[in-house]
Amino acid sequence: MRFRLRETTLQPPANLTPSTGGVVVRFAGDSGDGIQLSGMRLTMAAALGGKGVSTLPDFPAEIRAPAGTTYGVSAFQLRVGEGEVLTPGDTPDVLVAFNPASLKTNISDLDRDGLLVVDSGTFTARSLKKAGYDDNPLEADTLNGVRTLAPDISRHTIDAVKEFDLGQKGSLRCRNMWAVGLTLWLLDRDTSEAEHWIRNRFGDTPVGNANLAALKAGHAYGETTELPGLDLLQTRETPHDWAPGEYRTITGAEALAFGLAAAAERTGLDIVFCAYPITPASTLLHQLSAMRRRNVLTFQAEDEIGAACAAIGASYGGALGVTSSSGPGISLKAEALGLAVAVELPLVVVNSQRAGPSTGMPTKTEQADLLQALYGRHGEAPLVVLAPRSPSDCYTTAIEAAGIAIRHMTPVMILSDAFIASTSEPWRLPEPEIPGSDAVEFRTDPEGFEPFARDPDTLARAWVKPGTPGLEHRIGGLEKSAGSGGISYDPDNHQLMNDARIAKVAKVACALPPAAAEGPEDASLCVVTWGSTFGVAREALAHCRATGTVAAHIHLRHLHPLPANLGDLLASYRSILVPEVNSGQLVRVLRDRFLVDAESLPKVTGKPFRVDELIGAIESRAKAVS
Amino acid sequence: MNAPVRVARDYESGQEVRWCPGCGDYAILRAVQKTLAELDANPSNTVFVSGIGCAARLPYYLATYGFHTIHGRAPAIATGLKLANPELDVWLVTGDGDGLSIGAGHLLHLLRRNLNCQVLLFNNEAYGLTKGQYSPTSRIGTVTPSSPAGSVGDPVSACRFALGSGARFVARGIDTRIAELQGTLSAAHAFSGTAFVEILQNCIVYNDGVFADFTERSVAAERQIHVAHGEPLRFGPDLNRGLILDRDAFALRAVSVGADGVPEEEVLVHDQSNRALATLLATMEGPDLPLAVGVLFAEEGPVFEVEVRDQVEERGHLPLSDLLRRTSTWKVSP
Repeated sequence: MRFRLRETTLQPPANLTPSTGGVVVRFAGDSGDGIQLSGMRLTMAAALGGKGVSTLPDFPAEIRAPAGTTYGVSAFQLRVGEGEVLTPGDTPDVLVAFNPASLKTNISDLDRDGLLVVDSGTFTARSLKKAGYDDNPLEADTLNGVRTLAPDISRHTIDAVKEFDLGQKGSLRCRNMWAVGLTLWLLDRDTSEAEHWIRNRFGDTPVGNANLAALKAGHAYGETTELPGLDLLQTRETPHDWAPGEYRTITGAEALAFGLAAAAERTGLDIVFCAYPITPASTLLHQLSAMRRRNVLTFQAEDEIGAACAAIGASYGGALGVTSSSGPGISLKAEALGLAVAVELPLVVVNSQRAGPSTGMPTKTEQADLLQALYGRHGEAPLVVLAPRSPSDCYTTAIEAAGIAIRHMTPVMILSDAFIASTSEPWRLPEPEIPGSDAVEFRTDPEGFEPFARDPDTLARAWVKPGTPGLEHRIGGLEKSAGSGGISYDPDNHQLMNDARIAKVAKVACALPPAAAEGPEDASLCVVTWGSTFGVAREALAHCRATGTVAAHIHLRHLHPLPANLGDLLASYRSILVPEVNSGQLVRVLRDRFLVDAESLPKVTGKPFRVDELIGAIESRAKAVS
Repeated sequence: MNAPVRVARDYESGQEVRWCPGCGDYAILRAVQKTLAELDANPSNTVFVSGIGCAARLPYYLATYGFHTIHGRAPAIATGLKLANPELDVWLVTGDGDGLSIGAGHLLHLLRRNLNCQVLLFNNEAYGLTKGQYSPTSRIGTVTPSSPAGSVGDPVSACRFALGSGARFVARGIDTRIAELQGTLSAAHAFSGTAFVEILQNCIVYNDGVFADFTERSVAAERQIHVAHGEPLRFGPDLNRGLILDRDAFALRAVSVGADGVPEEEVLVHDQSNRALATLLATMEGPDLPLAVGVLFAEEGPVFEVEVRDQVEERGHLPLSDLLRRTSTWKVSP
């Protein structure tokens, strides 16, 4: 066998202790207010304190929308808890609104028992009007009695940073750190991580010192002010025992980049990553471009088609070609994917799915490209489709995708999405990769060489690098004779080659772990998920079990081919529920493949499922079958 | 120097050639094989990458590595190939439809990036493999199955497109002048960067004689000018004609040289490093001016794959374990 995957590290941990409690905080303000950055400081502080954390950045497509408008509001939500926090939370317990527009667009989400923090200094007649308020909601009785803390954060910040002479505008840019300071106090966290970060980022400069001063002033404000009703912030969960090791927080885009770099290390191949800028996939291009690794090259192509073709050219040349995009870009690559299937070269394709069709909502998430991944090409063009379930799972998915592509000489598509790409969670750092541990052996022996002869085990053809003496041959998109690879219009040969390409991809299933159900063995109802719906389903099921509802969970990482035992496993349940952030795509595949009466739970709002949505659906189905 | 050890036959793949009898592609294939022999090209280090169309079949007939890809995308495939292995000697084969219509966007970027490779664009002013529709280089009024009343819209000039895209080597050859084409292909091969060669190729089935105005033996001397760096731009049966710069019109003008015409020293001398002159030469399409053949422009510059590799090299190689720790980490003890 030319190439063997080390299976050990490729499985996500089987046992999880999903947190069902914790605190949800949302920061909301103008895109220029430093909201995302503030959110990351809170995330790091929580993680460093041994808490579980999950985040949901939510920003508009406009880069700098006019200040103070509702469509320019940027938000960052995080949930802090004990154990594996698998979702960023349905509704905030604490909403920190930096201006009237962000209050207006977010207040309806605030939990009834929640706490609202607003910068009352921004509630001027002008900004109220811009946000569409006739009256000041802080004065009028429009907040329905929500507990409100309305310090003049602007004024407090200006006072705190006075000595650094940054002027009015410069001083107000430190407002986010004041709010971070206050929120850290609310979360019972100290400011040390944020201080460290500010020092690293700005050094000993007036801006750095002003940010530090604002941070400390915000924290001190919390200490010295008697705040209402903080019991909601006291976690009722027992502290979680994390597995020993070194941890960091990671987003899906970061984990994919590291996973691809790890694949290069293992295989001894160069990764040639070819992409064209598109939201939200570009983050992966940035991560890899910044990497400083000799075996990771990035190429910003002239268009999506060029990116896919350059990746194919790189694989033809003996590197591992990787191309990445979001739905519309994947559509453009479709013809090239047909070529990769026909010439049987390894290729990794990453789709960071977003809300479509067309430009749709580029910063919002969706799982609606599954059928495109499975079927969206011309002719019979099967390829392997994998989906990571969480940010950290992107690391192993990238390694697995590269391994399958190389071992089976096939394109492999990774279905990530806007949510997974940008959400972050704590991640235990993996064991160091061993260079060449999965080294690829290229064919160099001219004796008996035929370009389209197949390995009897995998049905893969040999990978030959141009430059190899004695193996000169021609490949192309025209149908090839089995074995020799010469152009062939023979009808029987075409049937044979189609069968072989399909069987080759189907055989990938032989090396996959069997699908397994998590949960009680006597369950009649099974929830089947794929991709980023994993976390919310697992958390909802933990709630359900705590309240006596019995249901099992199957999560699919391999969408093509499906695990060999899946049909039998599904047949053991009376009821199957398939929640997906699309109009029902996996459910069609399951019904088609296994003739099971699976029921769809669709959602296409551009947002992930909420835990309470799934709890409701699971409870009602469970009642119906019991 | 050792004599070349390979002959043209050594570059024949043995695959039966399937172009129409009398197609200009046969002559070009022969010129390519002879050029490879003359260069003593190592077949195992040579790759021909093509798109789709009649021309794109060429790799099948060469005993080198070959990749017949998809319509218009050969430049992108070649770019990935060279990024993976800059040592390979890569030739691209494309046509007027493949390179200047469906794949024009890729060709533009290949040329401006200056990937080290040779581009052979077979221009027959027609779509052959799809049965004779007009192409982006077809002259106005070309009657075809898809343009029964004659094609509408100005054609694109391949060499001007290349020059406008920032190509650093632009040449033109003709399928009926094989010896000269071989010389041009050798020059293209010697050039470090993207060497673009337009080859006028007669499609005997769908566009027979479309270049006859320039290529017929009776008019060839009068209607073609063969340019060479540092040589006066002269043509005609006895080189009695020459090109001068009409400064008022800012254009080239063909004039008689010698006793009845302008003095010899007023004839322009070809300077292949002058992009403006190359553009004027590429623009000449008759009837008052001859067609320019040979190397119109050549000036070397930074090569894409070398720059990319150098940059990666300079930025260094951080251990993966360091990269994972470029953010705050924390430890959980057993």
